[in-house]
Amino acid sequence: MSVKAMTAAQVARKVIDNEPLFILDVRNGDAFADWKIEGGNIQYLNIPYFDLLDGVEEVIDQLPKDRDILVVCAKEGSSIMVADMLADEGVETAYLSGGMKAWSEHLEPVKVGDLNDGGELYQFVRIGKGCLSYMAISGVEAAVIDATRMTDVFLNFAQEKGAQIKHVFDSHLHADHISGGRKIAQATGATYYLPPADAEEVVFEYTPLEGGFEAVVGSSKVEALYSPGHTIGSTSFIVDDQYLMTGDILFIDSIGRPDLAGLAEDWVGDLRESLYSRYQALANELSVLPAHFMIMDELNEDGSVAKKLGDLFNENHGLNIEDEQEFRDMVTKNLPPQPNAYEDIRKTNMGKITPENEMQREMEIGPNRCAVR
Amino acid sequence: MNADKVLDAKGLACPMPIVKTRKEMKDMDSGQVLEIQATDKGASADLTAWAKSGGHELLEQQVDGDVLKFWIKKG
Repeated sequence: MSVKAMTAAQVARKVIDNEPLFILDVRNGDAFADWKIEGGNIQYLNIPYFDLLDGVEEVIDQLPKDRDILVVCAKEGSSIMVADMLADEGVETAYLSGGMKAWSEHLEPVKVGDLNDGGELYQFVRIGKGCLSYMAISGVEAAVIDATRMTDVFLNFAQEKGAQIKHVFDSHLHADHISGGRKIAQATGATYYLPPADAEEVVFEYTPLEGGFEAVVGSSKVEALYSPGHTIGSTSFIVDDQYLMTGDILFIDSIGRPDLAGLAEDWVGDLRESLYSRYQALANELSVLPAHFMIMDELNEDGSVAKKLGDLFNENHGLNIEDEQEFRDMVTKNLPPQPNAYEDIRKTNMGKITPENEMQREMEIGPNRCAVR
Repeated sequence: MNADKVLDAKGLACPMPIVKTRKEMKDMDSGQVLEIQATDKGASADLTAWAKSGGHELLEQQVDGDVLKFWIKKG
């Protein structure tokens, strides 16, 4: 019996379509508890591969016969070994090609809507890590917002669409993932914009992104709205008066945390003002497009992550805390653990350190943890 | 730190560092110490968890350039 590989893209499709899947995760218990493939219709069994070296007989009873089985490990080596051992016992499974590293890097492009004059807006869902990037395409021009370090995906996508990337934005200095913005700008000759308040320690050339700035992309316009709170520079974008990219300020089912640059107490007032005044003044009809999702429930049926601002004002707990002290406590106390390696990730995004690709992968392993609920 | 045996697992990808460590350990006596040298970054968490589940004691680990070194006492 042979062992099949399943790609991260195939697994992502199953997750989005809510198909049944059984995951035999053979990483060690801590790694599994920290971060795993999430999905509404997934069953799990976690047994470290090193407990299976003497044989897989005892596991077989715990595997279902009525759904596909995927063996998962960090990089793929151990999952191939275990899948082979299962195959020898007559149990058919697949292994995740490239392991959790590939899962962490997979981007699923999803169209979220139309722009002026036939333009299109795409969301790149990094399903394994919860990062969301955007590309607005209008005619032969494109703009990219909050790109991840898998820059080829963005470059190839623009090329397939026959568009030249002209503007590359980061909504803030990211602490949970390494930005691909600067690299995309270098490869295309596009302008790279960063909010200057976040970029005081940045060591490379960039174009300051100030609130009120407008970029023209074909027949569309991208407006910058200063909305501090997650970081002091955090900036939102309004595209064609229809879409609001909220960065890490507002998510579908949670709000941003103000502590990842070490200044929770200082920035909580800014966060409140951005959410309760600046966003309150915007049209309820705007479609909110955040830079992250935290749980699979935040995905729409087509795999996109988007909801009307008016709905969020009704449903998002973080937008409905009247008492200022209660709000302050929520975003400064009992915060979830900080993202793995977040200090080194910030330094990388400032250009202060340049880790090799393999090291960048390691730094990003794990969930994103940018929100408070 | 003194070791009774040294295992060179440099350049090997997961699961091989553990597979080889386990094999070496089988030929050793309880109380003896095995030094393992590996370059796979996953080896750190995995050897720690493996030693614990097998009743062995991870005495020490060090980083020497690209090489991760572990000293495990057989339980």
